[in-house]
Amino acid sequence: MCMYNAAVIGDKDSVYAFSALGLSVFYADDSEDVEKIINRLAKSDFGIIYITEALADKIPECIDKYRYMSVPAIILIPGINGNTGAGLENLNLSVEKAVGSNILK
Amino acid sequence: MAVMNVNPTRMELANLKKKLVTARRGHKLLKDKRDELMRQFMLLIRQNRELRIEVEAAIETANKHMAEARSMTDSRVIETAFMLPKQRVELEIKQKNVMSVIIPEYVTHFKSSDKSDIYPYGYLDTNGELDTAVKSLSDIFPKLIKLAEIEKSCQLMAAEIEKTRRRVNALEHVMIPRYEDTIHYITMKLDENERSTTTRLMKVKDMMIRESIEVKREAERAAE
Repeated sequence: MCMYNAAVIGDKDSVYAFSALGLSVFYADDSEDVEKIINRLAKSDFGIIYITEALADKIPECIDKYRYMSVPAIILIPGINGNTGAGLENLNLSVEKAVGSNILK
Repeated sequence: MAVMNVNPTRMELANLKKKLVTARRGHKLLKDKRDELMRQFMLLIRQNRELRIEVEAAIETANKHMAEARSMTDSRVIETAFMLPKQRVELEIKQKNVMSVIIPEYVTHFKSSDKSDIYPYGYLDTNGELDTAVKSLSDIFPKLIKLAEIEKSCQLMAAEIEKTRRRVNALEHVMIPRYEDTIHYITMKLDENERSTTTRLMKVKDMMIRESIEVKREAERAAE
């Protein structure tokens, strides 16, 4: 079984504390950079990629691309600018896909 | 009536009947699969929701502490503090099979055996808020991994449920009615053929009888 890494992508202020936990931290601000980083990480051995909601909002296609692949898992976390609710929104998306309508609301 | 474009023959009828049986069986199996997947999914998604709310709240608290720490210390100092992390996480991804959906299970391995070994900096230049921020992140870390695991599972299962649901619906509303209609059509057609053969035979018989009667009469007339 090969070993995977975990990464965090976000603006500097939001994510550097994560490096203390042993996660690889990548800084990015604009969508192009983020996409490049995600694609690169997905190709190498990163199993989980945490990304700030603010950044994820900029690259919906890229997130969608990896949504139904088993590796990597791209997980949204709130950034320093607060919680945008995009993470829960993503959950609702899954429910809608599975059930046909959102039954949790 | 959606009748398929087939020849109304007995062989086709037998084939279609076999196909219908398979389709019904497949439909039942897929329906069971869908129901079970749905049940598992609902369990997971509830868990996912709770976990996400909890993790998001914790990260927000950490961010608040972080903001306070930054307001009191030079940002360069904080950056240097995190320059060389002591801890290193590796993930082992195990796979679990739920109704033929492969869902991941993450097992974390820490490089340093001491889990509390999370502060990569000396305490001289930094302040307590930074420690609190790192501590609260570290506390939530196992849940963060768990969240990734469950959320990924939910996404994968949602995709599989959708696929299965489509298949069930296609079988239920398209394939099976089509087979049934075609079978009905072929049976009717065969029956019709049979009836027309019977009438034709009766007609032919009539004609033959009439002919033989005429032949007989002519023979009698000739004898007179």
